[in-house]
Amino acid sequence: MPSLEMTSAAHLPAEWRDFLALTKPRVMSLVVFTGLCGLLAAPALPPFVLCFTAILCIALGAGACGALNQWYEADIDALMRRTAKRPLPAGRMERPSALHFGVGLAAFSVILMGLATNWLAAALLTGSILFYVLIYTVWLKPRTAQNIVIGGAAGAFPPLIGWVAATGHVAVLPLLLFAIIFLWTPPHFWALSLFVRSDYAAAGIPMLPVVAGATSTRRQIFIYSLPMAAAAVAPWPMRLTGPIYGVSAAALSLLFLLFAARVLASTAAEPAQMQAEKKLFGYSIFYLFALFGALVADRWIAW
Amino acid sequence: MVGVDDQVIRKRQRERARVMAVLLGAFVVLLFFITMAKTALNW
Repeated sequence: MPSLEMTSAAHLPAEWRDFLALTKPRVMSLVVFTGLCGLLAAPALPPFVLCFTAILCIALGAGACGALNQWYEADIDALMRRTAKRPLPAGRMERPSALHFGVGLAAFSVILMGLATNWLAAALLTGSILFYVLIYTVWLKPRTAQNIVIGGAAGAFPPLIGWVAATGHVAVLPLLLFAIIFLWTPPHFWALSLFVRSDYAAAGIPMLPVVAGATSTRRQIFIYSLPMAAAAVAPWPMRLTGPIYGVSAAALSLLFLLFAARVLASTAAEPAQMQAEKKLFGYSIFYLFALFGALVADRWIAW
Repeated sequence: MVGVDDQVIRKRQRERARVMAVLLGAFVVLLFFITMAKTALNW
């Protein structure tokens, strides 16, 4: 009697842990880290509590995006193994609860950001939330294989927001940080989508491997890795950072290109055999953490 | 069966109320420190 159990569970008030799960805490960690690095790379910092609040608002905004994404995609999530156990498809929460939670969290994060830091940072946070929910989740993701290329901009906002929260204005370095994450997103997600292709195909999401095939995706991964590496190294020759960042970015990016080249050379058809793709996906997460960590180290050690 | 459901509902409501109380308390403390910081900066 699974349907009866599900109906009964849906009538119960959701647990607070399910609301936490709606915010996708694991994704949030990368967003918080890049936002913090953008803030710490700024030339002048406001008092600690305002820095803390800025990062908190970025985290809450990201959480709101996660909740609204899960609200909109509950039907799709139910079709994919990776997402079927989330609170909505598993029947542990009713859909309006997720919508109210997401909208409330988004509004709260923006208002608090504006009051605590400045309204330019709040406007950028609003833009990033709207971009993720409306442009990426609702418009691009179900319609085009280029969804992740344009949608990647949503995840690129945090370091820019962090910088603006600290300084009150936009500068070249945070725009380059934006560009790095924007160009990093396609190789990162396409590596993942290669070995979970059947999930995306079952849910009818036109990810590149589903629409164009594995060979084309592998070529696109390598092509996108080239401008990403160039953007990552660029702050050094532009004299926006010092050698600690420059050497780290060059070494990390070279390694990224080697992993991407291995993916390009791979012919694996089954997910279990896709070791090169899995290694690139894992390394891409480390790459972003290490790159932004080097940026902060460069700013605080060398300057 | 209804009794069991009632117990589960009450338990979840209690847990959610506790979490909300902690979050509201933390928010009040945060607002206090934000106010102090902004006053000190004369913003």
